[in-house]
Formats: sequence, structure tokens, C-alpha cells
Amino acid sequence: MSRLSIIPKLKRRKILDAIASGRRMDGRGPEEYREISVRRGVVEKAEGSAEARIGDTWVVAGVKIEIGEPFEDTPDEGILVCSADFAPVASPTFEPGPPDEASIELARVVDRGIRSSDALGLKDLCLIPGRKVYVIYIDLCILNHAGNLLDAASLAAVAALMGAKKPIYEVRDGEVYPTGEVEPLKLRRLPIAVSMAKIGDVIVLDPTFDEEEVMDTRITVTVDEEGNVCAVQKSGPQGLSVEEIWKAIEIAVNKAPMLREKLEAAL
Amino acid sequence: MSEEKWRRVDGRAWNELRPIKIESGVLPNADGSAYIEMGRNKIIVAVYGPREMHPKHLAKPDMAVLRCRYHMSPFSTHPRRSPGPSRRDTEIGMVMRYALEPAIFLERFPRASIDVYAEVLQADGGTRCASITAAAVALVDAGIPMRDLVAACAAGKIEGHIILDLNDHEDKYGEADVPVAYMPRLNKVTLLQMDGVLSPDELRRCIELAIEGCQHIYELQREALKRKYEEVVEEVKEGE
Repeated sequence: MSRLSIIPKLKRRKILDAIASGRRMDGRGPEEYREISVRRGVVEKAEGSAEARIGDTWVVAGVKIEIGEPFEDTPDEGILVCSADFAPVASPTFEPGPPDEASIELARVVDRGIRSSDALGLKDLCLIPGRKVYVIYIDLCILNHAGNLLDAASLAAVAALMGAKKPIYEVRDGEVYPTGEVEPLKLRRLPIAVSMAKIGDVIVLDPTFDEEEVMDTRITVTVDEEGNVCAVQKSGPQGLSVEEIWKAIEIAVNKAPMLREKLEAAL
Repeated sequence: MSEEKWRRVDGRAWNELRPIKIESGVLPNADGSAYIEMGRNKIIVAVYGPREMHPKHLAKPDMAVLRCRYHMSPFSTHPRRSPGPSRRDTEIGMVMRYALEPAIFLERFPRASIDVYAEVLQADGGTRCASITAAAVALVDAGIPMRDLVAACAAGKIEGHIILDLNDHEDKYGEADVPVAYMPRLNKVTLLQMDGVLSPDELRRCIELAIEGCQHIYELQREALKRKYEEVVEEVKEGE
């Protein structure tokens, strides 16, 4: 238990009262996001990169593209590897060391949205079936944790992929040779993660750090541009009623287009 | 009409669970334990605790800490899996904890730990759900006070059909997988994940179908627990 997480427990009453009154501690309504910004191309050495900010939450995603061997059970598909680092710069509660379960979960839920929607078209990323495929690494670096890391990480990851360029290889005599040319990585889908916290009897969108400290549970629903759901993750120590789940799905489907606009507008 | 005629790879109807066998109290050393077979899944779960927390700094002054470890034996899948913990195992351990925590009166055991260890001996799709189902039985077997049981199973979609309790083939080749854990008495969903693609309406149908499956599994959990106590009664009678 860090010092940082004790304070919100004491603030719990205040946070609950604020939510019940319809205005949260920072003045937002229950279904309102904080200010969102997405910017692409923040790291030149990466094949693709982006930063996403939601309020004070700040995540940078970098895409690196290499050539590797496919997995045995998917010989004709490229490989997607998504990982997250909760850098100690981001919060007094983060310590250096191997990834803990929160960072593993973050990376896996971001990965699930991109993989389930087949945003990358992994079958198009095969050079020689069974031997050479593209390996797309998405690395998420958390720079400031002010709550709702998941939505920011997901935005940053997809934005980084949107701007990524993959090196072109020539296949000759069963080998691959770099041509020195690059082409854009085509994205077929833009999956958008929308996270909500259940606090008391209210579902609030885009929880802050303090709200996450007192929340009963969180639910993330990832939505594609057709309004289909391509990932869900309930995470937290309390249960949800079926009605609360229906409401969360509805909020996510309604809010995703606004976030997608931010993605598409990003330079 | 087509829903009636259509059959799955293993011959089940769309809303049919695999055969399930649950036994409680199978491990002599554990405080509580359970063994589950759900189709070809074979999983054994041990509960140790409430006991003193090690390392001590992880203890909470006002409640017990539930820890869950999910592990697959190297021989449980084809090809062999590496015996070390994978990122998937870590995530499943975490969601198991979130699925079980709401059912336990953790506040009764300040500073203690309750450790749940799930060992997958054979995996055939739906191991996280089967592990949660068995873990709930093992927690009761350990005598830990519970608000409710937790039953779990998945629903999903394959070839356009919504189905209950996906096996490994359906999980790999289907369109979506929605694992759900549910507390039947309290009417609360404690595990909800999804991968694949579903319309919001299909997702709702999957969750509703999975809850129906959980209600059936709940009955099997209760039977397994009762059976254990009936056996004890028999033994006592024989002893007299």
C-alpha cells in the first residue's frame, strides 16, 4: 500500500457524493471524457509511434517491425506482440522491475482489441509461409498515470499503427532481402477501447486515478467502426448486474465514434 | 429451425454444456480442494488458508488477501507448453481472483492470506471457467465463509451460431468467446471477458446464455458439496 492509495479511501465519501449529485470531483458528468489528444510520429526511430493523453494520463506507443518465424499453429500469419511498461516516471506507485499483473493485463486487453478485430490483417503479413513473417511489436510506455490507462494506451497503440511504415522485402530463392523501401502498414479497423468504472450504483466513464482507487469494478468494452464489440474485460473486485453490463455496452458503442474522430484527426 | 438441426463438432446442441463431473475434498494436504472435468478439461484446485500471509507486507490490516495462481501443466496441451508462468497465466490468475473475491467474507480474516492454486492437467477450451467453478467448491470445502458460490462457463459464436460452453476447437475457430462467472444467489456477474467480434445484441445473448449455463453448473457444485458431506455421514455411521 503506497501513501498515494490511502488518500482516495478517505475521499471515497466525497467522490461518491459528487457522483451522486451528477457532477464528479473534476466537474464532469458521469458519461463525459476528459480532454483527449492524440499525436502521431513522436519517435522517429520507431516504424510508427504516437502519444495519447486523456486529461493528465499520458501514454506513448512505439511500433517496431521485424522479420521472424511464424508460430507453428499459424504458419501463414504475421505476429503481433504487445507489451506495456509501467515506467517508474509515471507514478509514485510504480516500481522498476518485471511487468506486474496490471501491466500484463493492460497489454493483453489492448492486444485483444487489435487482434480480435483483425485490424492488422495478419494473413497479409506473411512473406514465406512457415518460415518468414512480419513481426509487429507494439510497446506501450506509460509516462503519467492519472487514471484510465487502458483507453489512452489503446488510442496510442492504434494511432501508432495508423502511421507505421513497414519495410518492403523481396522474396528470392526462399529467402527475404530488404529492398530499402517502405510502405504504410494498412489498418483494416480502428478498434476503440472505452473504459468505465462502477462506483456505488453509478457507471462513470473515463475514471480518474482517485476514482479507480475507490471503484467497485471496471469494465472495458472495445468497439470497431461498425459498432461491433471486439473485446470486453471486467476487472475489479466486485460483481456487475446484467443491467449494468448492458448499460456499459451501450455507453461504449455510443462513445467510440467520438474517440475514433480524435484518432483520425491526429497528425 | 436451423438452430434445431444444426450440430456442433462434438454433436452437442447449441445450448448444451459438456458433461461435467465435480468432486470436492480430493487433496489430503490442502485445506480445501476440488477436481473438475468439463468435457476433456481436467483441473484440480487446492485452497490453503486462511493462513498467515507471507511476505508480511502484502497483508491487509482489515481483510484477508485472496491470491490465485492458475497454472497449466506442460503436458496439458499440444504442443507441450513451457512450465514457467506465461502472461496469459498471470492474467487468468488475476481475473480468477476478481471472480471469486466478491463471494468471500474476506473481512473476517484480517492480515491472512487465502491461496487458491489451480492446476490444469488437461486443457480443452474453457479452462479459466472450469478453474473458477472448481475453486468455488474448493473454497467451501476449506470451510471459508462465502456469500454465494461462483459458477462459470463461456458462451460464444461459431459459423454464425451462438453456442454455450466452447470446446478447444470452437474457441480456436469460432468468431467469439465470452467467458462469464456468475453468483446465482446474488445475481452478479463477477467475470466477463470477450475476444472475437460480436454485435452488441449477440454479446447480450451470449452473456444471457452463459448465465443459464452457470445456473446449471451451480446445481452440480451444490451436489458435489452435499455428496462429500453425505459420505462423511456414512463413514461416521459405519464407525458407530
